[in-house]
Amino acid sequence: MTKSIAEINEKIAKGQAVVVTAEEVIDLVNKKGVAKAAKEIDVVTTGTFGPMCSSGAFFNLGHSKPRIKAGGGHVYLNEVPAYAGIAAVDIFLGATAIPDEDPRNRIHPGEFNYGGGHVIEDLVAGKDVRLVITAHGTDCYPRRKLETWINLESMNEALLFDIRNAYQNYNVAVNLGERTIYTYMGVLKPNLGNANYSTSGQLSPLFNDPYYKTIGVGTRIFLGGGTGYVAWHGTQHNPNVLRTEKGLPRRGAATLAVTGDLKQMSPRWLVGTSFIGYGATLTVGIGVPIPILSEEILSYTAVTDNEIFAPIIDYFEAYPQRSPDILGEVSYAQLKSGKIKIQGKDVPTASLSSYSRAVEIANILKGWIQKGEFYITESVSPLPGVDSGVIVKPMQERPFEEEG
Amino acid sequence: MTKGKKVVLRFPHRLVDKPIVYRLVKDYDLQFNILKASVTPKEEGLLVLELSGKKKSYDEAIRFLTEAGVETQLLVQDVFRNEDRCTHCGACVTICPVSAFIVDPVTRRVDFHDTKCIACELCIKACPVRAMEVRL
Repeated sequence: MTKSIAEINEKIAKGQAVVVTAEEVIDLVNKKGVAKAAKEIDVVTTGTFGPMCSSGAFFNLGHSKPRIKAGGGHVYLNEVPAYAGIAAVDIFLGATAIPDEDPRNRIHPGEFNYGGGHVIEDLVAGKDVRLVITAHGTDCYPRRKLETWINLESMNEALLFDIRNAYQNYNVAVNLGERTIYTYMGVLKPNLGNANYSTSGQLSPLFNDPYYKTIGVGTRIFLGGGTGYVAWHGTQHNPNVLRTEKGLPRRGAATLAVTGDLKQMSPRWLVGTSFIGYGATLTVGIGVPIPILSEEILSYTAVTDNEIFAPIIDYFEAYPQRSPDILGEVSYAQLKSGKIKIQGKDVPTASLSSYSRAVEIANILKGWIQKGEFYITESVSPLPGVDSGVIVKPMQERPFEEEG
Repeated sequence: MTKGKKVVLRFPHRLVDKPIVYRLVKDYDLQFNILKASVTPKEEGLLVLELSGKKKSYDEAIRFLTEAGVETQLLVQDVFRNEDRCTHCGACVTICPVSAFIVDPVTRRVDFHDTKCIACELCIKACPVRAMEVRL
């Protein structure tokens, strides 16, 4: 059995496409078998909703009268600094940026209540934000200071651009130390007091297409409540990791760089997020449709939580020191049971990624496709695969005393 | 005072190893029932007591605790969840000392059982989207 994306899109146009979520497909494959199910199902929708720090947005602010050149100057949105090192009124706001005046971790653990992710959420909620620009002034851009309210509608372009999202697998974080630690994986209690994980497992986009046979550059996706696209493979993309017999990565592996029109997005799917003692970020909703082009592709989408394994990492010592040690592996089924066993101890588990919201995303995307509002795209270029030679390199420091 | 009062006591690190609670009995003739106790190494101690005794002794005991550096707070249902803000991720589940947050095994949504809540407020800042709030 093989199908083409063009055939699937024809069925979408006629309102006849059979679309199921990556959760629903599990039972269907169990009942009908791969061959029959692959014939019937056209698209499987996936979803994930978790904190993704490598997120941010490009804005074109429009030109003031007289003009000001933010490029090379300083720009703030609600006191959160944005990057201004590009042309006059194009700026980039990163999810983890925080106000210069934020106390940070001066009194540990800091709260990080408002940062770039929160500004993005406020903007997509339609709120006005305070824009402050200071510039050096030029003949063609004479102004040196600008202060104004601004909102998303008044801007020209507003583009979410996340350089690394939707990690294919992630660490389970624990703390072997004697004191509570405050990490990007949440609050970790001492002596294996808890274990935090962060993926949607069997619903997660890249677990349903473990070898990137359909997801590639140009793939149209659900992004933050609107439509977006896979722009590139994400940073730290690392396809060649240890895998299970079925090909599922047992460590963090592929990642996606994604982009889309922020003006279509919603604060329900882009949520400003604060990790106590760590920093501010953005929780992002992503859903990727997987066209069922073959039985093989369908069989990948039938993946279940008990087939997916994640490494347990100590964030007290091993993670900060970049030690390769892991404390074992656990399945997502075990993680979702509420407790896992580490070094003989029962450790309660918690998720930082919302599974119920991931289900909601997969269902919204399913609805869009069923209603003919969303068509499947052929990828323009594949993501680097297992044999691509693409790996993550650690930093090798070279002191300035050595010759450069 | 006939009925016991529920009080949350927070001990700063420097007081965690000091004998304090026994003085509520010895000096103030109060009866106590421990509802919850937790001490994290290098962190504060948290104790939830139901205290009963004479009204005057109770007031004096609270004054004594405050002067000793123990933060006291009458236990009332004052922590609530902003339902619009909660994403049901589950980060609160293992932070809560009394298991007031339970993940529904089917929907994977997080149920907040506010009757269990002792208003220790640990979830307030552990919630990544700041959905837990204290009602004034």
